[in-house]
Amino acid sequence: MTFEGAALIPERLLRDLAPQVLGAVIRRFRDFDAAEDAVQEALVAASLQWPREGVPHNPRGWLIQVASRRMTDHIRSESARRRRETVMGLEVARTSVSTAVEAAPQQDDTLVLLFMCCHPALTPASAIALTLRSVGGLTTAQIAHAFLVPEATMAQRISRAKQTIKSSGVRFELPSAADRTERLAAVLHVLYLIFNEGYTASGGPELRRADLSHEAIRLARIVHRLQPDNTEAAGLLALMLLTDARRLARTSAEGELISLVHQDRELWDKHQIAEGVALLSDTLSKGAAGPYQLQAAIAAVHDEATRSEDTDWPQILALYDLLKRMSANPMIALNHAIAAAMVHGAREGLELLDALDSDPRLADHHRLDAVRAHLLELAGERDTAIRHYRAAAAKTANLPERNYLMMQAARLSSGHM
Amino acid sequence: MKYILMMNTMRAGHGVPDWPNKDLQAHVAFMKSFGKQLRDSGELVAAEGLAFPDQARLVRAGKDGMPITDGVFPEGKEFLAGYWIVDVETPERAYAIAAMASAAPGPGGAPLNMPIEVRPVMSGPPPEML
Repeated sequence: MTFEGAALIPERLLRDLAPQVLGAVIRRFRDFDAAEDAVQEALVAASLQWPREGVPHNPRGWLIQVASRRMTDHIRSESARRRRETVMGLEVARTSVSTAVEAAPQQDDTLVLLFMCCHPALTPASAIALTLRSVGGLTTAQIAHAFLVPEATMAQRISRAKQTIKSSGVRFELPSAADRTERLAAVLHVLYLIFNEGYTASGGPELRRADLSHEAIRLARIVHRLQPDNTEAAGLLALMLLTDARRLARTSAEGELISLVHQDRELWDKHQIAEGVALLSDTLSKGAAGPYQLQAAIAAVHDEATRSEDTDWPQILALYDLLKRMSANPMIALNHAIAAAMVHGAREGLELLDALDSDPRLADHHRLDAVRAHLLELAGERDTAIRHYRAAAAKTANLPERNYLMMQAARLSSGHM
Repeated sequence: MKYILMMNTMRAGHGVPDWPNKDLQAHVAFMKSFGKQLRDSGELVAAEGLAFPDQARLVRAGKDGMPITDGVFPEGKEFLAGYWIVDVETPERAYAIAAMASAAPGPGGAPLNMPIEVRPVMSGPPPEML
């Protein structure tokens, strides 16, 4: 199953409309949980009906009307259960259906929804699932498929996320100006996680998890369009475009990982690189660069090298220097050490790694061993490199990466440097 | 991250446990409600219980590639009784779930405190490689 299958146009249209429709229905009925279910049902109804009968003249109005009818049914059955609410409930429902359809599109609704779905009260996994369903307009089955869990499990995860939103008392409105920067950072982080999830090759080629990356890019485009002055939103979109551009070159036909050095750069998506670079240049001219812009800039330097040996490592090292000052993320420190090794030699990189040995966040992490093995190999220390490749292989929880690391060790053992 | 929780409690030569009906019922009820709890929390990926060890066969390929099966196992050899695969935020959460399963009630309603082997499933994301 792909997110954008044969019925390409209706599905794309539906998914673009999903957050707008949901926003309108929430505004009328003031019940995020039930409105979210009602909109899902409306989307499913449309995906069955539109390919057969054609897209209605006003698709957004159609969806709002169908979802609102579902809401009316919902309120009616709820009311039957709680008799005292019958009269009031039906009245709300009746007035709402007519006004909802006429309501003007609320541009900001998509953004409000994103803030809601990426609320700090939620765990990352819940925020990801809820964002994909409520803002991305994906079905629970599609999300479950992408994360390789049963549909019932994903349905529960989403339902619990909605309960958490409900009990945390979040209102359907934009966060206050004071909170907005921080909350937007949380939104960007969730989109970043969705992208990474899709960028992994862990599930095998037939699983098409790439769709998650494309969905993350689509959502990042929406955020960038709604917040054009937020340079980190632009930076994240650029980072995704510049990284995803290398997708085809990143795995072999057998699904094995190919390191940047050995990738066939002819396979890189030139248009996507051009778009990412243009976006990034435009953003960098607006002032101080944040972490996403710096990571995008590093990706751009890699993308602009026609051959691996043409890579401008001093430039990459300078960018990692900046990034390291901004973020305490140990993965950045590891990449910084690699860049230092490429500029000043493997010894210098290895010395930087020694300083990371005491970091508890890296204590059991395979990546420290993997990077050390790589730099030891560059330094010509074959036996120690083999040992660290093996240690890294034993620690990673990703199958293609374990294969890759084991093969690095085997390659060195058999004498091919 | 996904983890598999393996319950290695079956022994060859031992059949259906010889517990009073009440205790057996309590154990089965516990396992059912434990499974439901994991489904409701949105963490369950898969769970299966396995047949008793007398139905287990060890299979090897012969010279012609045809299966050679081996059946009766030495008394006391441990077998997998069942497993759960969960998708959780932290290893600590996987351990907490395993501890719940471990404390399933046995004879007299006392917790069995059986050993549950917890291991990551190879489903983690690879990092960006340079």
